[in-house]
Amino acid sequence: MSQTTLTGSRIRETRLLAGVKQADLARQIGISATYLNLIEHNRRRIGGKLLTDIAGVLEVDPASLAEGAEAEVVAALREADLAMPQVEVELDRIDDFAARFPGWAALVTGQNRRVRDLEQMVENLTDRLAHDPALAASLHDVLTTATAIGSAAAILTETKEIETEWRDRFHRNIHEDSQRLASSSQALVRYLEDPGRPEGQVTSPEEELDAWLAEHDHHIAGLERSLPLTNELLFQEAPGLESAEAQVLGAAVFNRYRQDAAALPLTAFQRAAAEAKYDPVVLSDQFSVPVSQVLRRMATLPRDPGRPRIGLAVCDSAGGLTYRKPLGGFSMPRFGSGCPLWPLYQALSRPMTPIRTVIETAGRDPTRYLTYAMAEPVGVPRFDAPVVYEATMVILPRDLVPFPETDFQVIGTNCRVFPCPSCEARRATA
Amino acid sequence: MGKRVLLIEDEPNIIQAISFILSRDGWRVDTHADGATALDEIVRRAPDVVILDVMLPNRSGFDVLQDVRAHPEMQAVPVLMLTARGQTRDRELAERYGASQFMTKPFSNAEVLDTVRALSEV
Repeated sequence: MSQTTLTGSRIRETRLLAGVKQADLARQIGISATYLNLIEHNRRRIGGKLLTDIAGVLEVDPASLAEGAEAEVVAALREADLAMPQVEVELDRIDDFAARFPGWAALVTGQNRRVRDLEQMVENLTDRLAHDPALAASLHDVLTTATAIGSAAAILTETKEIETEWRDRFHRNIHEDSQRLASSSQALVRYLEDPGRPEGQVTSPEEELDAWLAEHDHHIAGLERSLPLTNELLFQEAPGLESAEAQVLGAAVFNRYRQDAAALPLTAFQRAAAEAKYDPVVLSDQFSVPVSQVLRRMATLPRDPGRPRIGLAVCDSAGGLTYRKPLGGFSMPRFGSGCPLWPLYQALSRPMTPIRTVIETAGRDPTRYLTYAMAEPVGVPRFDAPVVYEATMVILPRDLVPFPETDFQVIGTNCRVFPCPSCEARRATA
Repeated sequence: MGKRVLLIEDEPNIIQAISFILSRDGWRVDTHADGATALDEIVRRAPDVVILDVMLPNRSGFDVLQDVRAHPEMQAVPVLMLTARGQTRDRELAERYGASQFMTKPFSNAEVLDTVRALSEV
């Protein structure tokens, strides 16, 4: 019996034993129930990631869903093939290759994983160089100081007759700027290279906060109590935000979370959200709160097998992302703004109008998601000041609401990585 | 009286160097270090050329440039923008907002002098 036959059947068998409905499993892993049905009846092969996701939901070892360890290798070889479509491989002999040459197969899959990790690292670093405000300020300092030294040195060299006072002044400036340049350069190197950090990972206060929120899955139990913890107690009870700058950023997040939790108490909200199939307009009307607040609150719901995973993106009027909760295949840039085609930005162009869109992520593993987005004013509008908007978008599994299969918008992470050079919204990059 | 240049830059040693080379060339050099009040200073001084750094305290050079181009009396003044970043995006923004010329740090004294002279002839 072929590996394909066993995999689909084993998934179905395991799912039934776990008491999980097909539609529920499909929703949790972000595919349609129709597609999952094809998989379970062995009419579709699945890649390593999807198999791993299914195993995660069913709480089993991925290898148990396939026939032997070779199935994982085959899945990984398929991923390697997808990563280099310009190379033609003998796909019909993939099982044979994995079985007869396990060492070579492991080498291919290992190198593919390494390339993928390096690509992600380059993407992170490139994003950082382009958009990290702290890094930009450091580079500006270094270049400005170098400019001052160069100008002063040129004056001393090229000016035939220079007053003593000016000569002394420029000598002094060169001395001061040389010391400052050395100090700035050392600070920059320290910022970029910390021997304690994993390779390619640099930590800014924003990254520190993102990591803390990710560790808590954006659900802060200490703020769900009838007497929510103060920020100071939160920092003590749930350590991880070490730098003062990260704690300042964290305090702003906690303050807003506290307000949202008070307006939308957890028990009542999570029940109502499930009944309303996570429709934010229905929930906004039910609880008499802004749609944006409903969207933010949805993303803070605790993880539960019966509840879909929910991602969140918030941006300011300039389009810069101010809050990120990535979801599965929907990644968000660390710095700067996201792809202009995100419904988040469409909402900015249509403030106070709820937007519902199905998106499909471009790239290696296209995946479809349902999104809700809304832009609402920040603070109280005034006659003598422009209105400033904030846009909020949640990302949900595709199948929560029926949509025509052809009705979706292809989006990317941002212009730097979106593989569509003809996109009219594409921003030119340096 | 020589032509007037207003240098809007917050780095003291760069101010001294540029002031020295321009004054030696016969320019009257005024300086200002704050982005928030830069437009007021440009209007008050009415220089022949403005040298404007992008990274200023309290208001960016790009915002100041937009203010200048929107001002009825100063919108035609030549503006040389200075930046340390030198990315394509900064150059595009400078052009979009109406900079007459764009120069990235580190620059040479001769380059600054030649550019300011050329802008004053416009």
